[in-house]
Amino acid sequence: MAALYEGFTLCGLVPTQNASDSPIQGIELDGDSDHAVVTDSTRSVTLYKVSDQKPLGSWTVKQGQLLTCPAVCNFQTKEYVVVSDNKVIRVWKDEDLNIDKAFKATVSADVWRVHSAPGGEPVVLFQRGAVRLLDSLLSAPQQPIEDVLSEEEVIRWSTNIVAEKQHFVLFTTEQKGEHFLYVQRLNPNTLQKYRLEREDSGAPPLSFSASLRDKHINLLYLYPNGCVYQSVVAVRGPVELEGVQTLPRSLRLRLPVGEGKLGAASAVALDEAHVAVVGMPHPSARTGKDFLCIWNTNFQTLQAGKEMVGRIHGPVWCYLGKLFVPHGKALSVIPYECQKSSLASALGKLRHAGIAVSKSSVAVPSWNSLLHGDQPQGPAKIVDTRKSNGFIGDAQDLQLSVGQLACHLVARSQAETAFYTPGALAQLVQTQCLCHSVCPDLLLLALEHKDYFLCQLCLQLFPDIPEVVTCACLKTFIRSHQSIEMRLFNLCGGVLQTAYSDNFLLPHLKDLNAQQVILFLQYLQFVYLKFSQDVYTQTPGLRSPTMTQIIDWLCLLLDAHFTVLVMAPDAKGLLSNLESFVKSQVKLFSELGKIEGSLQELHKMKLSKDISQYSIEVIELF
Amino acid sequence: MGELKVHRVRFFDYMPTAIRAMAFNAHTERLALARMDGSVEIFNFTDHYFQEKVIPGKDSRSIESLCWVGGRLFSAGLNGEIAEYDLENLRPKYSLEAYGGPIWTVISNTQGTQLAIGCEDGTVKLFEVLEEHIQFERNLDRQKGRIISLSWHPSGTHIAAGMMDMIRVFDVPTGHAVQRLLVDRGIGGSKSRETVVWSVAFLSDHTVVSGDSAGKVQVWDGHTGTLVKTHLVTKWDVLALSVSKDESSVVAGTSEGTVIQFQFIAPTLHQQDKEWVRTRTFKNHTHDVRALAEIETAIVSGGMDTHLVVRPLLEKFDEKSHASGLRKIHFPHRNLVSCAKKAGLLLFQFPGQLELWRLGDSDGHGKPGDRLPLKWKPEKLLLLKRKGEDHICCSALSSCGGWLAYSTVSSVRIYRLQTDNNISITKVSKLPKVLRSAHQLCFSSDSSKMFAASSQSSVLVIALTQSECKYVHTLKPKSGSRQPIHLMTTSVDGKWLAAANSDCEIHVYNLQKLKLHCIVPVYGSCPSAMGIHPTTNNLTMVHADQQLFEYSIVEKQYTDWSRKLQKQGLHNVWLDRDTPVTHVTFNPKNPNQVVLHDMHMFCIIDQSLPLPDQKTQFYNQMTLRSLSEQERPSHLHAFKICKTFQDLLCVSLLDDQSLVVVERPLLAITSQLPAPVRQKKFAT
Repeated sequence: MAALYEGFTLCGLVPTQNASDSPIQGIELDGDSDHAVVTDSTRSVTLYKVSDQKPLGSWTVKQGQLLTCPAVCNFQTKEYVVVSDNKVIRVWKDEDLNIDKAFKATVSADVWRVHSAPGGEPVVLFQRGAVRLLDSLLSAPQQPIEDVLSEEEVIRWSTNIVAEKQHFVLFTTEQKGEHFLYVQRLNPNTLQKYRLEREDSGAPPLSFSASLRDKHINLLYLYPNGCVYQSVVAVRGPVELEGVQTLPRSLRLRLPVGEGKLGAASAVALDEAHVAVVGMPHPSARTGKDFLCIWNTNFQTLQAGKEMVGRIHGPVWCYLGKLFVPHGKALSVIPYECQKSSLASALGKLRHAGIAVSKSSVAVPSWNSLLHGDQPQGPAKIVDTRKSNGFIGDAQDLQLSVGQLACHLVARSQAETAFYTPGALAQLVQTQCLCHSVCPDLLLLALEHKDYFLCQLCLQLFPDIPEVVTCACLKTFIRSHQSIEMRLFNLCGGVLQTAYSDNFLLPHLKDLNAQQVILFLQYLQFVYLKFSQDVYTQTPGLRSPTMTQIIDWLCLLLDAHFTVLVMAPDAKGLLSNLESFVKSQVKLFSELGKIEGSLQELHKMKLSKDISQYSIEVIELF
Repeated sequence: MGELKVHRVRFFDYMPTAIRAMAFNAHTERLALARMDGSVEIFNFTDHYFQEKVIPGKDSRSIESLCWVGGRLFSAGLNGEIAEYDLENLRPKYSLEAYGGPIWTVISNTQGTQLAIGCEDGTVKLFEVLEEHIQFERNLDRQKGRIISLSWHPSGTHIAAGMMDMIRVFDVPTGHAVQRLLVDRGIGGSKSRETVVWSVAFLSDHTVVSGDSAGKVQVWDGHTGTLVKTHLVTKWDVLALSVSKDESSVVAGTSEGTVIQFQFIAPTLHQQDKEWVRTRTFKNHTHDVRALAEIETAIVSGGMDTHLVVRPLLEKFDEKSHASGLRKIHFPHRNLVSCAKKAGLLLFQFPGQLELWRLGDSDGHGKPGDRLPLKWKPEKLLLLKRKGEDHICCSALSSCGGWLAYSTVSSVRIYRLQTDNNISITKVSKLPKVLRSAHQLCFSSDSSKMFAASSQSSVLVIALTQSECKYVHTLKPKSGSRQPIHLMTTSVDGKWLAAANSDCEIHVYNLQKLKLHCIVPVYGSCPSAMGIHPTTNNLTMVHADQQLFEYSIVEKQYTDWSRKLQKQGLHNVWLDRDTPVTHVTFNPKNPNQVVLHDMHMFCIIDQSLPLPDQKTQFYNQMTLRSLSEQERPSHLHAFKICKTFQDLLCVSLLDDQSLVVVERPLLAITSQLPAPVRQKKFAT
């Protein structure tokens, strides 16, 4: 679950003349995690201590000058960097009172943004797409700056990410209604350009947010129709050929936008399962109000919502468990918390639980190191997490190819009756990279071909067999084996071990006819007796169901067919045998309960030290 | 401080006997307590429940009931005798055959002029209490069936008697029974069994409260003989009742080990009519509660499980204090173990015998926490059974292990021991006539003399030689105290003897001049342990209130250390302990160290270290262990306390620097008790 807590106002905002512009250009974190550098849309930069809601310092450029880029903090030198009037880079320190007296340098081309992240040097992104490290640029400010973008192409959004000591600058551009993503790698410098898929409406994305997870950069973007897409770019992918790739995307969330489209809205990824969205109506509130909501993208559920008074200006920033939302006449800071839902882990959706995941959307590992105080510790930690990520990434790839292979084989078998490859299929199943949902026809195919070995493998290894299929298997097994024999014993063992839900299983179990029920009951009684006899020699392995599983199935079967069994004359002996055995077991277990009580008491007495009548011991006094 | 080799001894099978009766003297605040073996103990409730006197038991004596008349203590028992005790010489003063068969109970009237006893033959006999004696006066009307319990109406005119299936109320002047209160039998199978009225209480308003074997506490109107109220409190017996002084509360002890309180209160608020309402249940015993006393601020109880419980009534206290804590007294407040430090022998005193043990030895070395392999096991050298009916009251072993002595109220016996190769024991045949009995015995450290605490706080000095045993002198205190000596110790150089009596006086005698040297300033609490330092001849005393003093015998004044300690005050954690220190010994190798112990810990006081103030962590051994060697010195303080060993009967330091701790785990005592009537079963 995720929660939004009571927020507070960091500062008031002066509305801009142009209503669509945000009164805030940017919010950056200072080296100290509790300090935020807020750049307004005109001339001033203010440093706040967030928890105290108190400005610590403010710097303003002269009348007539304009800040054209949010101020950032150079984490290495503890200096602030800002750009005024597109070309003048200014660098100052905390103790400088007047920004005009501080260092400034005029460069030869218009600057789009300066980006900085802990663990990396500040980077300057020019409006025409060129990228320079700040230091090298300031050493020769008038160096020529090349054009990367074509003439009509303009940058819409940019960020930077530091991963594995590798520095990335990401920016999106728009050209004739088409949108592109550029990934600029620094040292060595490579540039990759991707085309974003066009949304049907042709509308441009409202917001972007990038985060680093599992050695991949995840780009999250929101369209006015409420769709939130995610695209993944590998950090260390093979160097692609020249040219523009189309960036595949997946729909993470479809937000209910109500009538019309979203205006100024923004989505930011909080962690792998949660997205904060601001500027959209609450699904259950009347329209016209802007809310800040946290959505779970795994389940498409709304986890928390908070009404934002006044107009939403668009961007939202997320640092260290706090969301910075400019709205109306104030900049609010709203703490949030995202917990991994236990349902999610139960369903295996969050297989990467335990791997460090940063809550911040930008420059992920940097915040990690920030959290841990000093920077040198950061990289080591990152490398550490990378290792596990690598393994998982490979496993994902393997899963994909195994799935495809299996699907192809099954499809062909279904098409050509003569074609059936039991060995290959069994091998694929045994990789344990397959599951029923990946290739739903596999198990049914095996059943059709009476390939019970494969059936059994699937029953044992697939975690997600639907109850109807389980029952179908059961029926087939019982039908083809009229007497209790070892083979049925093994087969049904597989059935007993599958995962199921009572509610879904019962209706299918009811489909068994009386004869099948009695046979199955006989089988269950047999294994029950057998396992209760050699319960101590029983080793939990793949092939033998546990006592609990056996008894659960017994209960289910009796529930499903109680009336049938009562009426059936051949079941009478069986039932009375079962009853007397259960009775003896109940008696046994009640005795065991008593013994347990006594033993517990003994345990409580802590007679751990056997102290004899006499001993010579050595003690030490201080 | 360093490592210590510890002989952990658990083979002393000390077994206290069950508590049978008790009587509280509200005037002197002394509790008299009788055990099944016929011994009587006196606890001083004004002095931290200190067990100041013990009157040893006797085989033929059984005590069913105790009774104070003023400062005089009487008992009666199933042997048919009434006895009065000599509390100064700790023995029965006289005993008197009552000629009524076994006696179940003895009571006195409030005026203290008469005693009444309830006899097996159905008579209630009245005795007149005279100055030095009691004299039979008359019988009340004889009844059919034994008289189990008695209670005298505060006015003295009536006596209620609990019998089988009934209670009789007697008019004392005429001797006639005026009321007959029939007590119902139990239901079910016990219907055929007679109900025993174990206890009755006669209140000023003529209410009679009874407790019986059918588990009932009943309230009767003594005027009309009608039953007012029945409280069924247990499936088993209600054995004892006790009424508070203001008669607003009655407590009942049951076979289940519970004590149930009834209070005379209005059952609903703002109502005038009061009745007896069951209010509280206390469960501090596992077995029969045979004896009970409700005193001003507490309920005192005892029974089959042998320990005495003082359960404070918390509503009588304004704040948490020393007196408001629950007290359980398990062990006697005196030594039952003598240790021959040179010879490595232990002498265990039982009421009926003495056991002499030689400690085992190991040759290995180990690190702290280790248990060393034994080179040889401890060995029981001797089991010496006493002669006669009287139980052993004190015993002593000389530090060389060559002499052993014990005393009963009727005789003293001294034995010459040979423990080296062939064990031999020789009784010293001719003892001086003057040596008839002793409250305390001790040997000088060179074993040339024996000291015996005799009557009126005097000490007999006996010279021991190979061949004979000669009376030398009687040391007499100047104070003229008649109280018995309960502690005695000598100095290593043989020059000094200190003796403490129940008047809290400590006399120090010069043994060379054979005369009184000085009296240590009398402190208000009784000394519970003391010892003379082997090199400085300073006397260290610990009192029942946990105060600790060191007195220079030579200079006849408290030492500087003692003054410093008193000025700064002992740590609250030390003062809050609830068992007295029962032994003080010294480390001959390190004159700064004093070793002392109570039931739950032993303590090595290092006088060279700073004293702890109230802010200091008192039990700091764990902390010190966790500190580095450089940090440690700044955290040290004088009291080094070890709680590794529990239920301690003795802690002593042998001459080879190893420590002897004698443990008697309470669990071992409990396991020897008979099965309780009611056991906790699982899931019940």
